[in-house]
Amino acid sequence: MVTAESIEHSIKTGLPCTWIKVIGDDGHHFSAVIVSEQFQGKNIVKQHQLVYQALGDRMREEIHALSMKTYTPEQWETAKKSAD
Amino acid sequence: MDIADSIEQQVSTHPVVLYMKGTPQQPQCGFSANAVQILSACGVEDFFAVNVLADPEIRQGIKDYSSWPTIPQLYVNGEFVGGSDIMAEMFQNGELKKLLEK
Repeated sequence: MVTAESIEHSIKTGLPCTWIKVIGDDGHHFSAVIVSEQFQGKNIVKQHQLVYQALGDRMREEIHALSMKTYTPEQWETAKKSAD
Repeated sequence: MDIADSIEQQVSTHPVVLYMKGTPQQPQCGFSANAVQILSACGVEDFFAVNVLADPEIRQGIKDYSSWPTIPQLYVNGEFVGGSDIMAEMFQNGELKKLLEK
């Protein structure tokens, strides 16, 4: 069964992340929060495409759905502050 | 006509195109159902819906065309807008409504 840990690992391997958390335990549907420098200056479509690229064939074959929130490191700091 | 050409024709001849699983009346996946609801909440009822489950070639073709591995996918005025997460995010911050008003 596909686990959240293994998805987290695949994303980290293909995309340098400052912070990442993937959750989901039904083997098909997952949700992720990903913070990466690489998102800088890219629109949200491009950011999600980078994550899909990192997952490569796994996204086509194993994972039914991955819902995600992507942040640049600065956006992440702002988001954390507003959650305090 | 190859599949990329037919997709191009669909997205260029209709202002709003949703590639989805099932139909707006009977969606076959929660994410597609959600996408239909978001469009409807933005006041868009008569969009062009493509049921990818009815056509395996389109189902694979649209993923290649957009470099996007999941369904649903929304196109507005020929431009790829995003999948269900992006639609939800743009709906919440009001950007989607603005885009659809054009």
